Amino acid sequence: MTALAERPYGRAGGGSRRGRRRGPRSGGGLALLLPALVPVLVFSVGPLVYGILLAFTDARSGRNTETSFVGLENFAELLSDGDFWESFRIGMVWGLSVTVLQFLASLGLALLLNQDLRLRGVARVLAVVPWAMPPVVVGLMWRLVYHPDAGLLNGLFGSDVDWLHDFSLALPAVIVVGVWTGMPQTTVVLLAGLQNVPRELYEAVSVDGAGPWRRFWNVTLPQLRPVIVAITSLDFVWNINQFSLVYVLTQGGPGGRTRLPMLFAYEEAFRYGFFGYAATLGVAITIVVLAVLGLYLWRQAREGD
Amino acid sequence: MARALKYLALLGYVVFLAFPLLWLLSTALKTPQEMAALDPTWIPRRPTLANFADAFAEQDLVGAGLRSLVVAVATALITVALALPAAYALARFRGVAGKIAIGWVLVSQVFPVVLIIIPLFMVLRRLELVNTLAGLTVVHVTFVLPFALWMLRGYVRAVPRELEEAAAVDGAGRLRALAAVVAPLLAPGVVATLLFSFISSWNEFMFALVILKDPEVETLPLTLVRFVGPEGVARLGPLAAASLLATVPSLVFFAIIQRRLRSGLMAGAVKG
Repeated sequence: MTALAERPYGRAGGGSRRGRRRGPRSGGGLALLLPALVPVLVFSVGPLVYGILLAFTDARSGRNTETSFVGLENFAELLSDGDFWESFRIGMVWGLSVTVLQFLASLGLALLLNQDLRLRGVARVLAVVPWAMPPVVVGLMWRLVYHPDAGLLNGLFGSDVDWLHDFSLALPAVIVVGVWTGMPQTTVVLLAGLQNVPRELYEAVSVDGAGPWRRFWNVTLPQLRPVIVAITSLDFVWNINQFSLVYVLTQGGPGGRTRLPMLFAYEEAFRYGFFGYAATLGVAITIVVLAVLGLYLWRQAREGD
Repeated sequence: MARALKYLALLGYVVFLAFPLLWLLSTALKTPQEMAALDPTWIPRRPTLANFADAFAEQDLVGAGLRSLVVAVATALITVALALPAAYALARFRGVAGKIAIGWVLVSQVFPVVLIIIPLFMVLRRLELVNTLAGLTVVHVTFVLPFALWMLRGYVRAVPRELEEAAAVDGAGRLRALAAVVAPLLAPGVVATLLFSFISSWNEFMFALVILKDPEVETLPLTLVRFVGPEGVARLGPLAAASLLATVPSLVFFAIIQRRLRSGLMAGAVKG
């Protein structure tokens, strides 16, 4: 809006005076862009480019090891590495299920918070607390909940389950924690999106006699679409790159059942010292994430038309 | 009927969100005997603060807390000092270079952290900065900078350009216009970004795990994990007590910036 409003004004005032002012301004701009470009180049582009290049080398952690360029060798090894594929599968199950559950749970909560209900204040506060907590504390807290002896769940259900060490229960148990931690951001963004839906749209369909379900389906959801696409994409990226939470909960166990790709990469790099191989893993995950996001965004854009 | 269902659903959410927090609090106040009891109790029968004392006795919480504080404050200050001029430039001068830079900030979020930490670790090792708080600060700045840049750019854009130009036309000069007109309007955004950077650094675990090897230089998240021994046999009471204490700074700062963070995230999420 402001950009549109400014333009005609700029044109009307256009003349030699404006032309003269332009010169020094864009020069100053370049000088000012330098502080913008230098930190981005040094702290973000530099390490990432270095990291990506490492994926094509046999870099090791030792101080005096020779590093040489090995081309696509790491990638070939990765593709035939059963442990990687297992970790990759777990990562996709984790990433997709946490993102989907997070979205559904947060949408429900956001819809409730958007209404005039009594408990709303409490729920609003509770809904952002996990966001502020250190992931390590979240992990430790849930270990207390899942604890086989002094934990809450076994006491509640009268069961005798070691939730985080059970081969089939560990991943679902960890997914629940993932949903719990990630709900705040998603809820807050969806709620803000809900509050931006123009009231007139609801009034228009109410006149047509639409019930709450049709109002949700025909007005809320289409209006919310850009917000939903943005936040679920972000959530997926964040979830697939999760490390701290699961490291504290299970360290990837039992028997690798919760070893997300980042835990795998961490072990390869900092336990076994295969820097190059771990970087390859990072690049592979990036490619997969970009592919999934690309497909998702492309489909959403096509349906949106 | 529909209203009752809504309340039921909301209550379900409240329970799901609150019960781990309450359990943490409950565990922190329990005696070891009560924890070992077969039937877990929500409200400790004989509440005790002994776990807090034990937590301080068992691990160097004060030292770790101070080290976390040093790293988080340094990270916040350096990040904002680097990001503020950058954000201003990106918000005001929309050339190709600026577009590429801000596009990169978004794209860089997709890359997993291993791709950043390995090269940084190698560079820090060459500079003899592994195992030092300075090294961890460098890594944290790298990690926080993109989002801080994104947040600050949003706040700069919210300051009307006309105000600045009016001051400049009055003969104030660009820098004086910035100091007198833009700075006060930008201050709340800068504070929000400082606090956000602080929280990110205070909470961060993975980089600390990689960079810091000795107990003498550990930050708080690493020390907390230490309560869970190598066999996973934890002293639960002190663990819960220490966890609660470690959360307080983040929670307080977060309460202050919550609203602003929301608008920052929205600007990032929707405007693209």
